[in-house]
Amino acid sequence: MSDILESKKAILAKRKRTNKIALTMSMVAMSIGMFFLLWILSVLFIKGFSSLNLEMFTVDTPAPGSAGGLRNAIVGSFMLVLTCTLISSPLGILAGIFLSEYGAKSRVAAITRFVTDIMLSAPSIVIGLFVYAAMVAQMEHFSGWAGTVALALIAIPVVVRTTENMLQLVPGSLREAAFALGAPKWKVSLMIVLRAAKSGVITGVLLALARVSGETAPLLFTALNNQFFSTNMNTPMANLPVVIFQFAMSPYDNWVSLAWGGALLITLSVLGLNILARVFFREKV
Amino acid sequence: MDIKLNAAKDNQSQSENIIRSNNKNALEIRDLDFYYGGFHALKNVSFDVKEKNVTAFIGPSGCGKSTLLRTLNRMYDLYPGQTAKGEINFYGENILNPKQDLNLLRSRIGMVFQKPTPFPMSIYENIAFGVRLYEKLNKRDMDDRVEWALTRAAIWNETKDKLHQSGLSLSGGQQQRLCIARVIANKPSVLLLDEPTSALDPISTGRIEELVDELKQDYTIAIVTHNMQQAARISDYTAYMYLGELVEFGLTNEIFIKPKRQETEDYITGRFG
Repeated sequence: MSDILESKKAILAKRKRTNKIALTMSMVAMSIGMFFLLWILSVLFIKGFSSLNLEMFTVDTPAPGSAGGLRNAIVGSFMLVLTCTLISSPLGILAGIFLSEYGAKSRVAAITRFVTDIMLSAPSIVIGLFVYAAMVAQMEHFSGWAGTVALALIAIPVVVRTTENMLQLVPGSLREAAFALGAPKWKVSLMIVLRAAKSGVITGVLLALARVSGETAPLLFTALNNQFFSTNMNTPMANLPVVIFQFAMSPYDNWVSLAWGGALLITLSVLGLNILARVFFREKV
Repeated sequence: MDIKLNAAKDNQSQSENIIRSNNKNALEIRDLDFYYGGFHALKNVSFDVKEKNVTAFIGPSGCGKSTLLRTLNRMYDLYPGQTAKGEINFYGENILNPKQDLNLLRSRIGMVFQKPTPFPMSIYENIAFGVRLYEKLNKRDMDDRVEWALTRAAIWNETKDKLHQSGLSLSGGQQQRLCIARVIANKPSVLLLDEPTSALDPISTGRIEELVDELKQDYTIAIVTHNMQQAARISDYTAYMYLGELVEFGLTNEIFIKPKRQETEDYITGRFG
């Protein structure tokens, strides 16, 4: 009897030791990650906030040596991300519905899933080069639309996979209940299943936006940049990531400071999108 | 108190039974076999479901009673690999016919499930969704239909002030009555109830049972239940199933008072199952 108790105590002591070691290791790993994250954020916030001013929003990017702001880049980025959303969310959501509700275990669905997964991890510069070859080289000029397409190609796989996963979470009993009323499949998918997964799907779209709004590489070859204010999507377009890229490496102090400001703006908007996504997801059920 | 009341009710429906048994058949099941892939789940089942009566399917878990219910509106068709052979005549038309339009069939044979399944929309929209599938009603007619269905399902008084709140805000028992209202609003002729009270508390269960008793005036009802007392209380006919076979089928009172088969007696007296 007491033998069993002793061996139980021994096992428990060993478990407690293992637990302590594992806990220490994960704390160390976490603090390394947090250290760099906080370092990056604090530098960004200090330098970014010190260069933040009203002119940043009202004046366009300056020529070398003169003062200026980021107005054209902010507007350009906003338009690129907006058009990207308009293209990628319907396409991504519909593809997600196909994968979850229609394709299920079919070959087409399996291939689509595989390709989507590759696209998810494809380096964004590859996508930029692809759009450069397919669109920019054909049209013989850089354009906002090319930038939109490049961003959409990055956003679509994210939306497809989150939509599919969210629809999969909807219980089968809800589908059965709708079918039992005599509803055709497309109505069940769109009006019941998609509705039940609404907040999850919106979260996916917001996370995709957060991902593309900081992308630089695909825009470098497509939307390029524009020193002047323009809302014409057929011409090269100013945008925050490329402006940051160019200004940060320039020798002019005011350009570098504008780059910090732009970086702060992007970080804050990505943070905002992530918070929004969380709020939406919490509202679920 | 409740038990006595129900016993009295039983006696009353007993006498009704004999008169009602002249009713015609809503569903005639003939030589029905059902397969989940290679598994033979229903074996040569044949019996009639009488119009405007309650028919209960009882039997231990896995006996095939839910499977049988799900063949009656061809719910199994949603899943590849599940097949039914034989005949199920629904007022003379064989619903197992591959040409049968399933959406139309399901709007005529409604189904309520074990777990309440309100749609993620308002109480009003929960009802209107099904109605809109087959009817174009103007606002006033739709309002009337929603009120009628909720009244029939005995939930109007609890919901009339919050029709535009989410159906998910209701309690479990209320959600289940909402689901019944949703099915009735479609004006089906048959209601299939798949253990509709097994997830509910005794009071909600009592209300659903009363409702079933009332609805059989206008609808043919088939109910799967795990609860033998429930089958005895609310059904006119009972089918006892075991291992995919129909062991005994007959008037509920006969089956519960003097079953013809020893197996049936063993099950309903609780010696088995």
